Amino acid sequence: MSDVVEKTLTALPSLLSLDSQPGSAKLSSSSKLGNLIRGITELTSKHEEEKLIQRELLLIKEQVSSPNTTMRQMKELMVRAIYCEMLGYGVSFSYIHAIKLAQQGNVLEKRVGYLAVSLFLNEGHELLLLLVNTVLKDLQSTNLIEVCMALTVVSQMFPKDMIPAILPLVEEKLNHPKEIIRRKAVLALYKFYLIAPNQVQHIHNKFRKALCDKDPGVMSASLHIYLQLIQENPEGYKDLAPSFVTILKQVVAGKLPMDFNYHSVPAPWLQIHLLRILSLLGKSDQSTSEIMYEILDESLRRAEMNHNITYAILYECVKCVYTIHPKSDLLEKAAKCIGNFVLSPKINLKYLGLKALTYVVQQDPKLALQHQMTIIECLDHPDLIIKRETLELLFRITNEQNVTVIVEKMLDFLQINKDDHTTIDLVGKVAELAEKYAPDNEWFIETMNTVFSVGGDLLQPDIPNSFLKLLSEGFDSVEEDKKLRLFAVNSYVSLLEGGPSKLPQRFLQVICWVLGEFSHLREDLEPDVVLRMLAKLLDMKSSSSETKCWVLMAMTKLCSGGAALALVQDVSETYSSSLDTMLRQRAQELQILSQDSKLQAKVLPRSASMEPVEVDSSLSFLDGFVSEALAAGAAPYKPPHQRQEELSRSKALNMEPYGLSLPIGMSSCSVTDRQSPTLLSISSGLSGDSADFSHKGSSAALKLDGVKRLWGRDGYLAKKEAAEEAPQVEAASPVRSPSQRGDTDGSVSQTPTPECDQEKQQLASSLFVGLATQSSVCLMGKSEPTSQRFRRKPKASGGSEPMSNPLASPSDGADNVLPQNLLDSSDLDVSSPEQTHGLPQDPDTPNGSCTAEEESADPMAEPSAHEDLDRSRDSCLSSHLPAELSALSHSEITSLCSNQSLDVSACHVQREDSVVLVVFVSNRSDFCLQQMRLQVQSEELEVSCASDCPSEELKSHSVAVCQYLLTVQRPSVHFDLSATVSWQLPAGSPQTAPFSYKLPLTGFIRALRLSTEEYGAMWLAYSHDTKLNLTLMDDDQDPLAATLHVLKRKLQLHVVEIIGVEAIVACCLQQDQPCLMHCRVHAGMLAVWLRSPVPDLPDCLLYHCQRALQEP
Amino acid sequence: MMRFMLLFSRQGRLRLQKWFTAISEREKKKIIREMTTMVLARPPRTCNFLRWKDLKIVYKRYASLYFCLGVEDEENELLALEIIHRYVELLDKYFGNVCELDIIFNFEKAYFILDEFLMGGEIQETSKQIVNRAIESSDMLQEVRCMKTHTHPTAF
Repeated sequence: MSDVVEKTLTALPSLLSLDSQPGSAKLSSSSKLGNLIRGITELTSKHEEEKLIQRELLLIKEQVSSPNTTMRQMKELMVRAIYCEMLGYGVSFSYIHAIKLAQQGNVLEKRVGYLAVSLFLNEGHELLLLLVNTVLKDLQSTNLIEVCMALTVVSQMFPKDMIPAILPLVEEKLNHPKEIIRRKAVLALYKFYLIAPNQVQHIHNKFRKALCDKDPGVMSASLHIYLQLIQENPEGYKDLAPSFVTILKQVVAGKLPMDFNYHSVPAPWLQIHLLRILSLLGKSDQSTSEIMYEILDESLRRAEMNHNITYAILYECVKCVYTIHPKSDLLEKAAKCIGNFVLSPKINLKYLGLKALTYVVQQDPKLALQHQMTIIECLDHPDLIIKRETLELLFRITNEQNVTVIVEKMLDFLQINKDDHTTIDLVGKVAELAEKYAPDNEWFIETMNTVFSVGGDLLQPDIPNSFLKLLSEGFDSVEEDKKLRLFAVNSYVSLLEGGPSKLPQRFLQVICWVLGEFSHLREDLEPDVVLRMLAKLLDMKSSSSETKCWVLMAMTKLCSGGAALALVQDVSETYSSSLDTMLRQRAQELQILSQDSKLQAKVLPRSASMEPVEVDSSLSFLDGFVSEALAAGAAPYKPPHQRQEELSRSKALNMEPYGLSLPIGMSSCSVTDRQSPTLLSISSGLSGDSADFSHKGSSAALKLDGVKRLWGRDGYLAKKEAAEEAPQVEAASPVRSPSQRGDTDGSVSQTPTPECDQEKQQLASSLFVGLATQSSVCLMGKSEPTSQRFRRKPKASGGSEPMSNPLASPSDGADNVLPQNLLDSSDLDVSSPEQTHGLPQDPDTPNGSCTAEEESADPMAEPSAHEDLDRSRDSCLSSHLPAELSALSHSEITSLCSNQSLDVSACHVQREDSVVLVVFVSNRSDFCLQQMRLQVQSEELEVSCASDCPSEELKSHSVAVCQYLLTVQRPSVHFDLSATVSWQLPAGSPQTAPFSYKLPLTGFIRALRLSTEEYGAMWLAYSHDTKLNLTLMDDDQDPLAATLHVLKRKLQLHVVEIIGVEAIVACCLQQDQPCLMHCRVHAGMLAVWLRSPVPDLPDCLLYHCQRALQEP
Repeated sequence: MMRFMLLFSRQGRLRLQKWFTAISEREKKKIIREMTTMVLARPPRTCNFLRWKDLKIVYKRYASLYFCLGVEDEENELLALEIIHRYVELLDKYFGNVCELDIIFNFEKAYFILDEFLMGGEIQETSKQIVNRAIESSDMLQEVRCMKTHTHPTAF
């Protein structure tokens, strides 16, 4: 920008005094803002500035709130307020006045008002609601500028929930005669699409109109939306590919008005947009790709001018050529282009060249070979950014022959890097490479040591997890495993001897675990010595309590045979009184196990660390303990949410915010593109109890091991793997000498210049070894089995029995003592629905009544015994239905729980305004049951007792009926009620039996009768929505009516109106929570769109609609 | 898509800030602080691109003023650089030989120009003439009625 005159602040005073200076004519130097700015620049200290601004703010505050201030003055005040805000001072008092200015000012004042609003307020700010009316008014204005301003502010920030209010007006603007309005309207809709895609789904056809707009500006604005749409669903827009190609052809041929040229390149932004869209459409689609070859060729040829903007287009072209179905001559041209980038003396182009190389090298590793000398130079580039990009490139071409050099380069970079984000990223990459390609044990352990020390506590938690998993699971050879572990032990012992205080916590935890687990492998190492080392860690000030837990657990594993007994006793005593619960528990474990070596050996079997653990998930071994405790007068177990509820009901302190105070250390679940399976780690804190553990173990959690990963951070991995594997076709050949290397290179790449010194040549040969020179463009990937060093054993290594639970990962039979599930947790998906479904997940519940297990087991245990009984019981029990309910329809009466003394059955009755759960308890014994009590609860439902059991006594062979009123608190597809019945036989201890009841959402759905007008008004007001295509019922005459009829019959939906192929339907969830449905027959499907003010309701209802239509 | 645009002086003083996505005040302050330190620390003759978290930062210095653009990862860096350049050209055309002082004293105008040029994080209008016409028309004509614009189609 040569014509920008260099004027710095140093020249300010002279500029201000001389009005004749160019540019200064426009300076509003006499204004109050001018005075303020000048005042500030004259100040020398921050303190003075603060005083001045505070004074200024007081003045502004006084004036904005004065009733005599005109809008004109207000505008001036707002500009000053904006300035103060930019300097970092709070001006919240003026927000409301900014809105007022936008509301009431004339066009010029309004513009400042809108500007101030858009600078002051955030999308979520509550004051924004006050702006909605103003925007509405301005959108309807006849003044074009006002409409423009309204559209601008709408696309800048607008409350998401209020979009429906202005959407029709913005839509209307798509037909405006002025192109600037149309263009802005398209961009506003684009913004809406980004923040609330569902809101604009119905106007997709209008986007097509915008795409065909005669004004190129409007057309290019619509491409923003199309880019997004195509990104999400490329299949849906294949038909547009020829149109995009035609547009691009016209643009490249210079058919657009000169206005759109930028440095004599025709509409570069438009070109790049189109190229991006084309690459999305042509990706793995040969026929679509074929129609773009010609124009891509043309674009590559045309863009020869030496300007940044042409390079930007070229870069996009190259990416496109390498993304779509390949064509060899295009690839060649693109490769040449990349060469120009990489070899350019301009640093920005070099950077882009590296990026392009990184992108294509996955498909064409030979390109990296061609440019190896440049890459080497970039590796030593003074600019860290260039260096970083080069490492990224090297990361992609790593194989087991060059891994040591590349990792070394990465670690070098980590030493000088200061940016945390980069560190985390690179450290992750190093760990991935080390795990994949490590040449030997020593190197692997040492590299991981560096990873842990450099990565520190920023490290992604899955790195230590997968490392430990790797160590404990081992590989194919037992001998090798032992060597690896031994080496790790040796290395850690020397680290601890050298002074552990500088090591990060995560690393210390890894060390503790490894020493606890494997230090016995080193024969000359006495447990005493290790114990003493570990004890030293406890004394370090820097050790976190989580680390201390790990230390104590490692000590627990080592303390057998009375090693360093005094020390162990000392430690366990110290921490037995710790304030930290977890530490205290670990200390207790240590204390007890160190004194009982038999128990220790049983709990922590050393040799069996690889065996899968069988978990008694029903905790049956505790039954005796529980009944004893109950007999002794202990209170029955209550699940945490119930306790919580009772607490809040009794107006005690609400403990909610502290609910998660257990030390959850590495509890984040991270899915990264690292080789390791997703490890979700639950720290020591939560693992303490077998109850908790067993639930997770037995639930059908996601099992990620052995599943081929197809998607990663960079998208589809197939290609990446192909590229990674391709080089290995030749990888078998030994490392070649530099001279040999040079020979082969010469034939393909630029001849190495004689100036290239020996050192670089050597580096090059070590970096690019293994990249096949002859390997052709390998897109499909000649996949040869990777010779990955640390390939995991198949998961089921532990047990071949089919019953081996998904917990077949290493754990040493002591999950209740050890934080082993740091490793196992890959199998434990905490968010799996099975668990979140109201199971008692409290870790400290020894008497936890395992409802889930028993419930599911119960009906299966004795199905035959009940089958015939059921039918007769249904008719017999229904006679017990209360009179007021017997006339209403009730669900089938199902048996929920039965034992020698009693039978529990239940059904639900749909009343007009509510749902009633009726529970029948029948006494099967010959005795009178006493203190019979029922407790029913649910997470999603509010359960209130409509009529409790008449008495606590139940005579022999009689039936007690209890009614519960159910109210939905949170919509869900199904509602689970968990309940317990407790009773006492005349001569016996109190007994309890859990049972559960499940009822669908449909029980709560009622027809909602309203008119089309009411429907319309309500539709716009609701924000929670969902859409889906449903199958239409087979009906030759009127599939829509037939489908609606099914929905009406099965789900009690009310059909408001049918208009041609569309219909509107309404229903409500227990009277006051409406849900509206809009159906349209489209391409043989029924496109339904549900909206409701209640979150989740549309989704849940949609599920039932789907079910209703699928069932015969 | 662009996330934000910042203009700051060599001394690290903020001159203009535009955020295209909803960000909290605290986060804004943090980004401004980190951007100024990062960009100002760049030695001369290094490339104009940086990485920050998941964003690409593209910056360019014009005289004493730094223009800093935060774009999403899939964006083209060179193109982002040209966006900055086009904005400077627009400012230059409007102010006539623009300098930092023009932007300091008339920052609201600079915002108006930016709003005509970029919208919702995307480029809205690349034509210099059209942007300037839009700005000038709202500067000069307070009451442009639809009726009038029909007789003067170029007024907008």
